Amino acid sequence: MEFDSNKSIYLQICDTICENILSGELAPDSRIPSVREYGADIGVNPNTVMRSYEKLTSEGIIYNKRGIGYFISPDAKEIVLQSQRNEFLSQELPKIIKRMKLLGIDPSVLKDA
Amino acid sequence: MIKIENLGFSYGDNVVLKNITMTLEEGRIYGLLGENGVGKTTLLTLLCGLKQPKAGEITIDGHTPYKREPSFLSDQYYLSDEVSAINMRAEEYAKSYGKFWDKFDMGKFLEIMEIFENDASQKMNRMSFGQLKKTYISFALACNCRYIFMDEPTNGLDIPSKAQFRKAVTKYTSEDSTLLISTHQVRDLENIIDPIIILDRQDVLLNASIREIAEKLTFDYSNERNPNALYSEMTPGGCVQVYPNTGSEESKVNIEALFNTVHLHKELIKGMFRK
Repeated sequence: MEFDSNKSIYLQICDTICENILSGELAPDSRIPSVREYGADIGVNPNTVMRSYEKLTSEGIIYNKRGIGYFISPDAKEIVLQSQRNEFLSQELPKIIKRMKLLGIDPSVLKDA
Repeated sequence: MIKIENLGFSYGDNVVLKNITMTLEEGRIYGLLGENGVGKTTLLTLLCGLKQPKAGEITIDGHTPYKREPSFLSDQYYLSDEVSAINMRAEEYAKSYGKFWDKFDMGKFLEIMEIFENDASQKMNRMSFGQLKKTYISFALACNCRYIFMDEPTNGLDIPSKAQFRKAVTKYTSEDSTLLISTHQVRDLENIIDPIIILDRQDVLLNASIREIAEKLTFDYSNERNPNALYSEMTPGGCVQVYPNTGSEESKVNIEALFNTVHLHKELIKGMFRK
C-alpha cells in the first residue's frame, strides 16, 4: 500500500476501510483480517493497525467478537456516509472555495459540472 | 521487558556508550537509529550477552545477558550485519543449528524462505550476499524467540525483498516478541518500526512511539511556511517542515525529517519528550 498524504498512517488505514465499506467491498457482518494479517498485507506495524481498529470500533463502524475477530457493523455504511459528509462540508469544501477564489473561478460553474 | 541502566562501554580509551538508560517494552518493533559510530552495534551485542558492560547494567526479564544462561539464550536471536557463507545447504544449516533454539520451527523457516523466493537446497557459500542475508533473516524469525536483535537487516536486499521483509517481520513474530532493529535505511522500514530510539554520542536523544511523536511534533507537507519550524527540507513536491504540534491532529511521521530535527535541537527535543 502506498501512503503519501499528510495524514498519520493509522488514519489512512481507517480511510481505506471506510472506502471499502462505501464501495460495498466490505459487507455488513463480514469479517476483516486480524491486526497481524492486515499489518503483514500492507507492511505496517500491527500496533498501528490495532489503533485503527480501536478508532473504528469506538465509532461503531466495526465490532469485535471476542476470540473470533473484527466484523463490519450492520449500519457501518450509514455511519461512514454521515461522518464523511460532515468532513466534506467542514474540511474539504472550504479548501475548494479558497482555491476557486485564488483561481478566480465563479461558483456558478458548479451548476453545470 | 529490557531495562538498561547507566550503561557504559568503551573500546580501550574510546568511550562509546556512557550513562545510557532506557526501557524497552515487550511486543514492540523498535527502530534503533543513530549516526555511524554512536554504538548501535555495540549496544546490540551487549544486549545479547556477547560483550560485558563496563558500567551500569542490563536486565532482560530479570536475566543478565552476559551470564549467558542457556534458557535465556535459546529465547533470543542476534542477527549480525555480517553473515557467514558456510559450506552447507540452507536447510541443513537450519536443521542442525535450529536445535539450539527451543522453539525453532523448520516449517516456518521454509515458508519464510519461500516468501523471499530463496532456494533452501542451495549451498550458503554459493548464495549472493542478499540471498545469504535472507536465509539468516528466515532463520532468525523461525527461532520464535522473545527477543530478536537485528543489525541492519535490509542492507544488501534487493527492491522486492524489502517489502517481503516488512511482511515477514509482521507476520512471523508473535505478539509478545520484542524486536530491536538497527538501521540507516529508514525508508525500508517506515511504518514498521515503532517506537523509535535515536542514539547519539553517549546519549539517548529519543525513545518514543510514533503516536507520542505525532502528538508532539507536526510534519507538514504543505507549501505554507511555518515561522515555528524547527526543521525544513525541500522536496520535489514542496517542503517538509517539522514544528511543535499545538493542536490535537496527528500528521504522518517522516522518520528522516524526525532524525534531522532531533539532531538540530537535541536538548529541546529531549525536554519535550521527558516523561
